[in-house]
Amino acid sequence: MKLITAIIKPAKVDDIKAALQANGITGMTVSEASGFGRQKGHKEIYRGAEYTVDLIPKVRIEVLVDDSDKDRILDLIVATANSGSIGDGKVWVTPVETVVRVRTNERGGDAL
Amino acid sequence: MSSINAGDTAWVLMSGALVLFMTPGLAIFYGGMVRAKSTLNMMMMSFAAMGVTTILWVLYAYSLAFGPDAGNGLIGNLHNIGLADTINQVVGSPGHTIPTLAFVMFQLTFAIITVALLSGAIADRAKYSAWILFVGLWITLVYAPIAHWAFASQGGNGGWIIDRLGALDFAGGTVVEINSGAAALALAIVLGKREGFKRDPMRPHNMPLVLLGAGMLWFGWFGFNAGSALAANGLAATAMINTQVATAAAVMSWIAYEKLREGKATTLGAASGAIAGAVAITPACGFVTPLGALAIGLVGGVVSAFGVSRKYKWNYDDSLDVVGVHGLGGFVGMIAIGLIATKSANELGGEGLFISGSPTLLQKQIIAALAVAAFSFITTYIIATILQKTVGFRVRREVELEGLDTSIHAESAYDISSFTTR
Repeated sequence: MKLITAIIKPAKVDDIKAALQANGITGMTVSEASGFGRQKGHKEIYRGAEYTVDLIPKVRIEVLVDDSDKDRILDLIVATANSGSIGDGKVWVTPVETVVRVRTNERGGDAL
Repeated sequence: MSSINAGDTAWVLMSGALVLFMTPGLAIFYGGMVRAKSTLNMMMMSFAAMGVTTILWVLYAYSLAFGPDAGNGLIGNLHNIGLADTINQVVGSPGHTIPTLAFVMFQLTFAIITVALLSGAIADRAKYSAWILFVGLWITLVYAPIAHWAFASQGGNGGWIIDRLGALDFAGGTVVEINSGAAALALAIVLGKREGFKRDPMRPHNMPLVLLGAGMLWFGWFGFNAGSALAANGLAATAMINTQVATAAAVMSWIAYEKLREGKATTLGAASGAIAGAVAITPACGFVTPLGALAIGLVGGVVSAFGVSRKYKWNYDDSLDVVGVHGLGGFVGMIAIGLIATKSANELGGEGLFISGSPTLLQKQIIAALAVAAFSFITTYIIATILQKTVGFRVRREVELEGLDTSIHAESAYDISSFTTR
């Protein structure tokens, strides 16, 4: 099993959620995040003062998938998150040792 | 007591309640403007102002401000200590007498809001116990004398600004606005900048609270300005419409200025504009026409909108813009009187340069404004420095970074997590 973690623009959450649901994914976790990447911060002017905003609001999406689904879902997320402009985010994949569904105690692929 | 005017008394009693309502409004206005971690502390500073000032007012501060002049128009004597000789007494002109205690209460609410205003200059970093001491010292050494100067009319032998110089200040452009602005600058300098000033955005954490507070202040200001007529008469009506006109005009001029300068009309700008307009019309509301008030509001909004950004250039952390809004707004109003005051608005008032061609009134207005600013700044600077060197006025760095709410008050404004965090 793999954990796909995607840091994306907040405006892309709904599109990705819909794309995952349409492609048979039955669970995801979404949380608000902030940070910077190569895009770095940007300047903002408010009440006459200019600030560098280092930490930009993003959304983190986490999806557990079977190894066989990994490439398909990874490509799906990347394609959906891509707007072509800077700050589109990053997606990475990490191996997962096991997964347990709390209610039934099912393990591994059955728990997805 | 038999000769009191019931209509006038009812209006002044109501106005006292209206002006008191401004201080919780200020607490909400300021509370929304700080970062979430020090919201309660910000609000608590206003509530301490209500507590401490009221106690001292009864004990001796009313007497210092409004007791019989001790000589030279600088301060009142101790005749009314403990509010002696105020019960069952009346004040006012023939036909317009009200109970002295109605006047005592009305003026108390001015003292409260003025010292509460200062808290905005030292947001997120003042030690609460030191603030409580400061409120007491400041009411005694700064507010009471200045209120005496400009408000204690005693038949020509009272405060020097109102009775001897003859400058005009209808509702507190000097006593409340210039005074708080100058004192706020002194406090901001003595306490120093917040950690991260100019580096971090430090934007308001809750704009709906700021707007709610601004609305409460706008509402209460009718008691502040129209109540200062101390009568339910035509002059009160003039002051009320002028307050509305200038406040509304400054909302629009502030956000127009922002839109032109930065491309965005902000909520904070609209809220600040309302306060700036109300501030600018405060001294002038009983001496100008509604069209004059419109001009004062338009100018006041732009001057303060420009003024609030000076702190970044000149490097003082007047956190919530007391200097730019109240100090500058107060100057705009005081000088405007010297330019456009007209006896067609108030026959007991004066005539400004543009009406009479004479600069006499303008000179008096400038003298009064500068004297109040200088006395307030210097005295406040000394008080704050003494507190800083003795009990300590600024919290430790770790306390400031953690936020004052949890470390000083053991509470937080937003305990909304579904699990226990502390």
